[in-house]
Amino acid sequence: MSAHAYKKKNPVWDWLTTVDHKKIGILYLASGAFFFLIGGLEAILLRVQLLYPEFDFVGAETFNQLLTMHGTTMIFLAAMPLIFGFMNAIVPLQIGARDVAFPFVNSLGFWLFTAGGILLNLGWFLGGAPDAGWTGYAPLSTTSPGNGVDFYVLGLQISGIGTLIGGINFLVTIINMRAPGMTFMRMPLFTWSSFITSGLILFAFPALTIGLALLMFDRLFGSQFFAAEAGGNPIIYEHLFWIFGHPEVYILVLPAFGMFSEIIATFARKRLFGYSAMVFATALIGFLGFMVWVHHMFTVGLGPIANSIFAVATMLIAVPTGVKIFNWLFTMWGGKVSFPTANLFAVGFIPSFVLGGMTGVMLSVPPADYQYHDSYFVVAHFHYVIVGGVVFGLFAGMYYWWPKIFGTVLNEFLGKLHFWLFFIGFHLTFFPMHFLGLMGMPRRVYTYLSGQSLDEANFAATMGAFLMGLATIIMVWNIIQTSVKGKKAGNDPWDGRTLEWAISSPAPEYNFAQTPLVRGLDAWWLEKRAGNTQMVAAEPLDDIHMPDSSILPVLLSLGLFTAALSAIYSNWVLAIGGLALAALSMILRSVIDYHGYHIHKEDLPAEGREDK
Amino acid sequence: MQMKRWRNVWRFLPLLSVIALALTGCGNEQLTAMLPKGEGAEMQFNLMMLSLYIMIGVFVVVALIYTVVLVRFRRRGESDNEIPEQTEGNVVLEILWTVVPIILLLILAVPTVMTTFALDEGTEKVPKDATVIKVTAHQYWWEFEYPDLEVKTSQDLHIPTGERVYFELVSKDVTHSFWVPTLGGKMDTNTATENKMWLNAQEPGTYYGKCAELCGPSHALMDFKVIAQEKEDFEAWAKSMKEAGSQAASDQAAQGEEIFANSCIGCHAVGSEGGNTGPNLTNFGDRERVAGVLDHTDKNIKNWISNPSEFKPGNNMPAFGDQLNDEELDALVVYLQGLKVEE
Repeated sequence: MSAHAYKKKNPVWDWLTTVDHKKIGILYLASGAFFFLIGGLEAILLRVQLLYPEFDFVGAETFNQLLTMHGTTMIFLAAMPLIFGFMNAIVPLQIGARDVAFPFVNSLGFWLFTAGGILLNLGWFLGGAPDAGWTGYAPLSTTSPGNGVDFYVLGLQISGIGTLIGGINFLVTIINMRAPGMTFMRMPLFTWSSFITSGLILFAFPALTIGLALLMFDRLFGSQFFAAEAGGNPIIYEHLFWIFGHPEVYILVLPAFGMFSEIIATFARKRLFGYSAMVFATALIGFLGFMVWVHHMFTVGLGPIANSIFAVATMLIAVPTGVKIFNWLFTMWGGKVSFPTANLFAVGFIPSFVLGGMTGVMLSVPPADYQYHDSYFVVAHFHYVIVGGVVFGLFAGMYYWWPKIFGTVLNEFLGKLHFWLFFIGFHLTFFPMHFLGLMGMPRRVYTYLSGQSLDEANFAATMGAFLMGLATIIMVWNIIQTSVKGKKAGNDPWDGRTLEWAISSPAPEYNFAQTPLVRGLDAWWLEKRAGNTQMVAAEPLDDIHMPDSSILPVLLSLGLFTAALSAIYSNWVLAIGGLALAALSMILRSVIDYHGYHIHKEDLPAEGREDK
Repeated sequence: MQMKRWRNVWRFLPLLSVIALALTGCGNEQLTAMLPKGEGAEMQFNLMMLSLYIMIGVFVVVALIYTVVLVRFRRRGESDNEIPEQTEGNVVLEILWTVVPIILLLILAVPTVMTTFALDEGTEKVPKDATVIKVTAHQYWWEFEYPDLEVKTSQDLHIPTGERVYFELVSKDVTHSFWVPTLGGKMDTNTATENKMWLNAQEPGTYYGKCAELCGPSHALMDFKVIAQEKEDFEAWAKSMKEAGSQAASDQAAQGEEIFANSCIGCHAVGSEGGNTGPNLTNFGDRERVAGVLDHTDKNIKNWISNPSEFKPGNNMPAFGDQLNDEELDALVVYLQGLKVEE
């Protein structure tokens, strides 16, 4: 096995079997981007249907499938993998590690996510996609005809396992794999937020797993957990979903906060203001995130005591979030702020997200929420949070880290065009929706009657969606152009502060020829200011031990995919076959010894060395 | 060049709000939550405004700092290589922006909790002489039962003005949500548990009601009307509803009545006679809309009966276009249009 590294690899086989966190990061980013485009297309179709009152474009049934798949795709198949993509690509570099703690698990997480994502979308081709909303509330989901919701239940279950093990992997990685001197309170904010997000995943996803399992039993095996006539109660599902669903919001937005912290500090050429306050605010948001799920259920009828408690808990989250906003502002205060595209998205995020936070506090007031709930006001609010927070973060992160991941720089002119069109389109789409909700338009409606004063704002929203679509096309064009003939990036194009900018772009397979010694927060910035051109090494140059690649994650995922697809069609023989393939892959993984291989120190390029 | 662009953003943001407001106003006065006509809606609106004012205050502070930062602390070109001071933070500021928001939230939290309890007042122990209405949600229509008055109706909810009317809400199939924005906020109708709430219309009028929880393909079309009347008008309505029954004023209507008795009565009741898997039609002729959404015309009634799922996809009423010929449909329409309890 040790000769492995020098064999010329078939590229397809290489990508299927890779356990390199940087390649897995790229796989996550590519599939996340693909699903982001699908989810965006679905959004455009939804907005076209709502262009005029009583407009007939896709019809009621398709509209419900589109709204379900838009939400599910954007949350689970676009935002989650894109965040995992950045975590994979960047976190090990930021902590000075050679890989994640469990490279095999990392690969398995990606392939399970992909298998689930494909299964979820198969509904489009097999008689109808899921149509019970991304929340999948019972009894609508348990009584929905056809197989659509089965794809939702099993697809999310499989991709959820992938996310869960990915989260565990990052917890272990960040706890155990930090370079010497990289104490917890010296970790970059993106690593911190990835760490806290991984903790949230660990505690939040099991609730979803249980909710989906109960749905699966009701739909596939005739149980009655949510059937009121048999003594079941669908409100249990609502609790399970939101015990997962609310932390999920923070799972998505905290890493984006981390990205903004890095990007704003870098482009202000200043240390992050109030670093420890930022860390504690992030942790506090994550902690409180588990205590507020009932604010999604104020109108369920849980009574004034439950509603009041959860209202006050929800308001509390505004405090650490406000702390973060002010610390970002004061990071820029007194700095030398420049505005490449990455920072445009970060700076554009601040007012956008503050608006989302404002409506968040307004929504935390139960009596007012009785009006807002399930209206377009809520649609406006969560798009301000998720697009204004998460998507702006992902775009900012893309322009910022593209050089480190791919070795080239995205075109700045197209980037700025992308930002401005997207920013204007975003506000034009979602700002009027606040008023639509207050004027009495419920969400998830495939049409609205004329004569209810809802026409103009809906028209404006659709125009905004077209602008965002145009911006996205420009972004795709930029990516294609850069991939074909992009400008080569230097190792440190932005005068960065953290460890990933101390090594070549893209990073070599082994990341660091010698594990670096970290001498403070913003380790790389400190070395540069001290006049050093590279990090001080914490160990002598030696052979580097690398993990073996493996096809087993693909096979295991294929097994579960086959089992789920067969179960939907009650083909139990094939379903057991699929489970057997998954079990066989696990057994093989357990009995085969993986020794890994070494990259010999003589083979390391000269620039990676620091001979003593 | 860059400077100019940034100034434009600041012109653009407030402009956007103005455009949005100008485009939309406060909405349709029978539907909007921004022109409350009910006691509950008013209490809710006051809290909305309180939270909005506090939040606008916060936004103004953030916007001020933001503007100063973007104007004063820019890097002036590639040649501007001065390294700013690497400030670690400031404990006083951190305490300030932790404590001030907590105070603001306390100002909001106290009336929030008080109103939350006030809105629930009386639902456990309904006052003796209050009107109680049992709301049952179905895919995709609303059933309203007045147990004390022995009246059942659907789609058009009649209530007396100037008093709290108490509702018991349940669902027959999937979760729906009962919402009359102008009178008060919404409450889910669950399958396994009964919810309680009250509404209090301050002046007579017709208000639009909506289903607010995704309940299937025709969720968007699950509209209803609330007709708020002076107490005596409401009582007169209830009395005539109780006494009303099947009646035919002409030969054609009599033919329609017979068709109704053969084809429709299994699901639809008129007066106390008939099934209740479909909407009660006792005062069908008085209603403003067919099936909650179509204009109330003979043609629309005919089209609806012929093929209901064309107008409300996924609804449970079978199509009668093949079973009834044109003449029979006309007769049925005449009969249904004659079902009135009001002049």
